[in-house]
Amino acid sequence: MNLAFLKNVRVIISIVFILSIALLFFDLSFSIQESFSEYPLFLQFIPSLLKYISLGTLAGTGFIFVLLLTLLFGRVYCSTICPLGVLQDIVSYLRRKIRKQYFSQTKPFTKTRYSILLIVILLFLFGTSLGLNLLDPYSNFGRITSNIFRPIIIGINNTASSVLENFNLYSISPLEFKGINIFSFIFSILFLSLIIWFSFSYGRLFCNSICPVGTFLGFLSKYSFFKIGIIESNCIECGDCETVCKSSCIESESKNIDFSRCVGCFNCFDICPSIGISYIPRYKNDKSDNHHSSKRNFFKNVGIFILGSQIILKAQEKIEIYKKNTVPVLRSSPVSPPGSISIENFTDNCTACHLCIASCPTQVLQPSFLEYGLLGIMQPRMDYKSGYCNFDCTICSDVCPSSAIISINQESKKTIQLGEVKFIKDNCVVYTQKTDCGACAEHCPTKAVKMELDVEVNLKAPITDEKICVGCGACEFACPTIPYKAIYVEGNVIHQIAEKPKEEKLEDVIDHKEEFPF
Amino acid sequence: MNRREFFKKSSVAGLAAYSYFSFDSNFNILANSKTNTNDVYDLVAIKGGEPDSMFDAAIKSLGGMNNFVKKNQTVVIKPNIGWDTVPERAANTNPKLIGQIVKHCFNSGAKDVYVFDHTCDNWKNCYSTSGIEKEVKDAGGTMVPGNSESYYQAVEIPNGKRLKKTTVHELILESDVFINVPVLKDHGGARLSISMKNLMGVVWDRRYWHRNDLHQCIADYPTFRQPDLNVVDAYAVMKKNGPRGVSEADVVQLKSQIISRDIVAADAAATKLFGLDPIEIDYIANASKLNVGQMDLSKLKIDRIIL
Repeated sequence: MNLAFLKNVRVIISIVFILSIALLFFDLSFSIQESFSEYPLFLQFIPSLLKYISLGTLAGTGFIFVLLLTLLFGRVYCSTICPLGVLQDIVSYLRRKIRKQYFSQTKPFTKTRYSILLIVILLFLFGTSLGLNLLDPYSNFGRITSNIFRPIIIGINNTASSVLENFNLYSISPLEFKGINIFSFIFSILFLSLIIWFSFSYGRLFCNSICPVGTFLGFLSKYSFFKIGIIESNCIECGDCETVCKSSCIESESKNIDFSRCVGCFNCFDICPSIGISYIPRYKNDKSDNHHSSKRNFFKNVGIFILGSQIILKAQEKIEIYKKNTVPVLRSSPVSPPGSISIENFTDNCTACHLCIASCPTQVLQPSFLEYGLLGIMQPRMDYKSGYCNFDCTICSDVCPSSAIISINQESKKTIQLGEVKFIKDNCVVYTQKTDCGACAEHCPTKAVKMELDVEVNLKAPITDEKICVGCGACEFACPTIPYKAIYVEGNVIHQIAEKPKEEKLEDVIDHKEEFPF
Repeated sequence: MNRREFFKKSSVAGLAAYSYFSFDSNFNILANSKTNTNDVYDLVAIKGGEPDSMFDAAIKSLGGMNNFVKKNQTVVIKPNIGWDTVPERAANTNPKLIGQIVKHCFNSGAKDVYVFDHTCDNWKNCYSTSGIEKEVKDAGGTMVPGNSESYYQAVEIPNGKRLKKTTVHELILESDVFINVPVLKDHGGARLSISMKNLMGVVWDRRYWHRNDLHQCIADYPTFRQPDLNVVDAYAVMKKNGPRGVSEADVVQLKSQIISRDIVAADAAATKLFGLDPIEIDYIANASKLNVGQMDLSKLKIDRIIL
């Protein structure tokens, strides 16, 4: 059967996926993510798997489809649904526009890829998603778009806006840019460079040597019902299939295909002049690969890695977020986004794809560096220097494709306490300058901070009530003192439920016919 | 037209809309209603109606909008849209009132009517949740973002005591007519938020004000440029937990409105309406000392209308 059309099908599907996912990260109007994100992200393997493991809900079953798909047709996921895979294909495509590229079969990096997969799995079983965080292809694609391309889009938007502004046209509004997180930016740049280099020179090398999802699905595809194989009766031994194989998994001479490395791009179907290569039901094909080498070695490597990471884990102490002056703000716990339940749940399940960061209208969500510790590197945190959490907003919980941030409704969000307000009297304007201020109380949505007369200075000074504080950080953001804030939010390791503020109806009976008091 | 020209134009046209004298380049001329012989009243206080109908009656008493907006002029309206809350919470200016003012401006021949605020909460949410965006658009006006520092230009305030310089939204500098439409409400830091406090939303760096004697900075700013008209929305008034409020329980229905060219007079009258004495509000007293306007209401010609 001539299946050459599958290549075009693959190209179309892949474009739909990469564009819709990229759109989520590029949208500057903050209008599409909330309603649209679940569709293209439903099938992203790692986020879906994490969601399923911790929630067990229907929304987390996307990975099962991927498993079934792989068991039927091999790793077609890698060439259609995975945005990082498609990004590599785009690089290869552009390269071919410059100069023709010929691949030839290479040996698999069996030891490397299974070692990496095992490390990632073991790290996850030990309770950290660090391995997934660093290597998950979807999350890396997310970071690349949100840390590198999104700032460029913001720049273009703001330039357009300022040009129009000169003509008193205000149809495009500028988006305030809160700066880039250096570590996430550099990591994304390095990762993108690696991807470009690999795909430019070696096709899908990343997917077949590093990517844990690729390795896992590759392992699974050994047991696929349909496999791609060479039909000896049709094959004219031209060797064209080998030269177009991005995964370098076709050995045309021996007519052998390492299906665990095949990403299902169907370029070979397309080029074959004689329908000599096609899907073949498994029971017809006995040619299986034979690499069982050195499993012992990678167990050793894993052991060393885990020991090392335990030592680094212990080295984490309190984080000082502002530089020294009168009273530095010492936060013993970072603040995780609403819906993340606890720091532990969040750091365990977050793969740092940064979609919530790209979707956050107030931009309070920013990539962390070491605030969550080394194992939580680049995972988003509430950064109250950049903004504060809108009282009525639940977008991050709606877009999160994994279970790091669990969907919450607007009413319950208003009582989720991310952290508790802490007041540093010695930094406060009311006491240091002896003047009125009230910026913190002004912004507080629950009046967990309010201004009450302090006879000591004969001014209204902030009084805090932790019980009704939701930890949104509005007070901290608004506090005008420099360099340290006089009020801040101490993160809750486990999110709490805040009490609702008391409502007292004013008993004013107003006579609208009464004379004016002046 | 460059910024300097805009600047000049706005101070001249804005401060004395029907005077064609060319003032010298001192931008600090204080608009004072008493120099304005065309007005019968210095201040109009009205109560008992809806926000839009009260404005119709009040502006009529000041000679109609034609007295403020001339043909082909550009108008900037600055409501309070600081918070992502619904109109019933009264944390923002009443949307109907803003819509009605936009209509009056166009009826007087305004070329463009712009509305903006440098909001506290996310600006898009504030614009839509407050209901102001819809009313303005329906009336043909333009909502302009105030969320980007690039819109703000550096100005000097030579007569300010603590606030010597700041950055101000370009529309305030460029528009011919500036209409300030605050909502009267309780305020944790400044005691009350009225007309002068509302002008914190035309500058970029508010934290500077909070750090450097809030009351003095609020009083200093109007020595730079006063609005041509202040319309104090006291229809629904947040009596406590201001300026954001916690629930509708914080709000009482005063169904009142105060309009005046004199920003200090407008604030003083609104303060009395709230139930406080203007002398208790430091920024009103400070502004009076700087001769920004008249806080002694007994010295003003006031039109009191009860519908």
